[in-house]
Amino acid sequence: MTVESTAARTPRRSAGSKAGATGAKKSTGANARKNAGTELVQLLTPEGKRVKNAEYDKYVAGITSEELRGLYRDMVLTRRFDAEATALQRQGELGLWASLLGQEAAQIGSGRALNDDDYVFPTYREHGVAWCRGVDPTNLLGMFRGVNNGGWDPNSNNFHLYTIVIGSQTLHATGYAMGVAKDGADSAVIAYFGDGASSQGDVAESFTFSAVYNAPVVFFCQNNQWAISEPTEKQTRVPLYQRAQGFGFPGVRVDGNDVLACLAVTKWALERARAGEGPTLVEAFTYRMGAHTTSDDPTRYRGDEERLAWEAKDPILRLRRFLEAANHADEGFFAELEAESEALGKRVREAVRAMPDPDHFAIFENVYADGHALVDEERAQFAAYQASFADVEGV
Amino acid sequence: MAAEKMALAKAINESLRRALDADPKVLIMGEDVGKLGGVFRVTDGLQKDFGESRVIDTPLAESGIVGTAIGLALRGYRPVVEIQFDGFVFPAYDQIVTQLAKMHARSLGKVKLPVVVRIPYGGGIGAVEHHSESPEALFAHVAGLKVVSPSNASDAYWMMQQAIQSDDPVIYFEPKRRYWDKGEVDPEAIPAPLHKAQVVREGTDLTLAAYGPMVKLCHEVAAAAAEEGRSLEVLDLRSVSPIDFDSIQASVEKTRRLVVVHEAPVFFGSGAEIAARITERCFYHLEAPVLRVGGYHAPYPPARLEEAYLPDLDRVLDAVDRSLAY
Repeated sequence: MTVESTAARTPRRSAGSKAGATGAKKSTGANARKNAGTELVQLLTPEGKRVKNAEYDKYVAGITSEELRGLYRDMVLTRRFDAEATALQRQGELGLWASLLGQEAAQIGSGRALNDDDYVFPTYREHGVAWCRGVDPTNLLGMFRGVNNGGWDPNSNNFHLYTIVIGSQTLHATGYAMGVAKDGADSAVIAYFGDGASSQGDVAESFTFSAVYNAPVVFFCQNNQWAISEPTEKQTRVPLYQRAQGFGFPGVRVDGNDVLACLAVTKWALERARAGEGPTLVEAFTYRMGAHTTSDDPTRYRGDEERLAWEAKDPILRLRRFLEAANHADEGFFAELEAESEALGKRVREAVRAMPDPDHFAIFENVYADGHALVDEERAQFAAYQASFADVEGV
Repeated sequence: MAAEKMALAKAINESLRRALDADPKVLIMGEDVGKLGGVFRVTDGLQKDFGESRVIDTPLAESGIVGTAIGLALRGYRPVVEIQFDGFVFPAYDQIVTQLAKMHARSLGKVKLPVVVRIPYGGGIGAVEHHSESPEALFAHVAGLKVVSPSNASDAYWMMQQAIQSDDPVIYFEPKRRYWDKGEVDPEAIPAPLHKAQVVREGTDLTLAAYGPMVKLCHEVAAAAAEEGRSLEVLDLRSVSPIDFDSIQASVEKTRRLVVVHEAPVFFGSGAEIAARITERCFYHLEAPVLRVGGYHAPYPPARLEEAYLPDLDRVLDAVDRSLAY
């Protein structure tokens, strides 16, 4: 399954948060109902109330006001970047965009749990994790504009290239983690994937390999309820986190719209990995508030009621409520962030518009590391063909 | 190790041993490669000497083997993975084609994937289904991969050294029916470049081009033809991607006739590409169309039928006669 090619769709406004529009318990999705149990790790309620958790509180116990504001800033700027990218697609500057709208807490929480020497294997939607790793947002846009297939050096930020084919990267993460263990390093690896990818054989194989070799890898599944048009119940008959048990390692379901819970649970899982306790599956229970990509039309397969229910659980809104109630941030902070947001949008917009098309000969570059006779021959043929137009133009 | 005569399988074993010894980043991975030494004993004794951390028995999941090898390569390792039989590679085909082949380009050259995928291939051993196939064209068609196949012990040894040293992924097809053929291996020799074809028998009347298991057959064909007064040149291509078209061209400009022999189905096989390119390059030198001898467009047949399916002395001689009749 790949990201589909670009087809113009009716513009759809990025869904904003609507405070208290619907009670959280009125969620309509079947999986949302399954969620209503003790199995979900949650530290912040949708209303922004801090709830105690005996197991995971300690992973966020020392968190400062500044760090809390930092998480909020990360989520707001990521959402702003995401909205700008969607707009740039509508303006024809990008061929496609895969929005992360609604998944900010899952990505920022897990992303901020990482150490610098940990390594990330993302899908194509991990814009918030990329942000946490320090990958410049504009670098993410090259592949969506069509000027390259991956515009950053994975080793500069320990953030691998986006992987479009669903689930493949979980094996790369596992292999990388096997290497980390061989090196005797104390870092960890995290593999992102989604509910749709959970059906892929590669994901099952990565669970098998990582368990057998006790690899220091965290499988971070963002269950956003929809694989394009297919709801999670088309992928699984059990809650996804429970699959880990059959492979011999723990699985946990965390409220994916709760940045604190995502931070805490991911820290726990990473510590297990670093301590040589092997893999962990984290299922971040969240919601894709927007379309699968800018080519998708969710009105064909899901209703507004479900989206409204999830908007009431908005990740940014709930942290804001918590920050305000506990006096972790004042009006000045929010106003400054608003300005910073707009500046980011402007910077991204200008950078994309200025992004040049690649030279034609880029087709033949980096096909091989050590070269290949056929590529050399075809490059020369292409050059001769191109040059044949020079005379015509000169006339 | 002094120069000695050894079986082709043993030559690969010695080459792997040398690589493991020389570079701590080299790993062996695959099904049954440890204590058993692989079903063909190509990795015999390696786990005993280098340990389970470097000679790794994997779960029985080919996509997992190649996918984790990619991750290990990204971490700086140089994995040599074994696919137990040709027909078992397809669960890994996605990882090989979609990831292994393309990741270097995707990264704009920032990451390298020095992974060797060893595949025992070809028929003639009386095996059950999926154990006798020749899928090299399916890999040669994919940019980003290099595809090689040695025909003799010395090449098996040296081409494995070169494949492991390559920063590109290399699909290394091992002619399993020649595993026990012996040849001289000199570890002090200076090997030919990995992708260079070699004239292994000089001739003037027609060129036979082959690789892997079919080179030995072509030697036999040339010997039989010599008895009838025909001088055939035998070209061991050694590499299927890239193909050394310059060497084929040089030979064809001399002999003016070309027959390509491979076990893989003729349709869309490597012989088709060779025929097309040599026709372009040597149009005015050719006295006959380029002919191909290979498998049929049918599933590899049950063992009792494989003699009829595989190219043999008479089928190649028949093609030689047809070419010379023009």
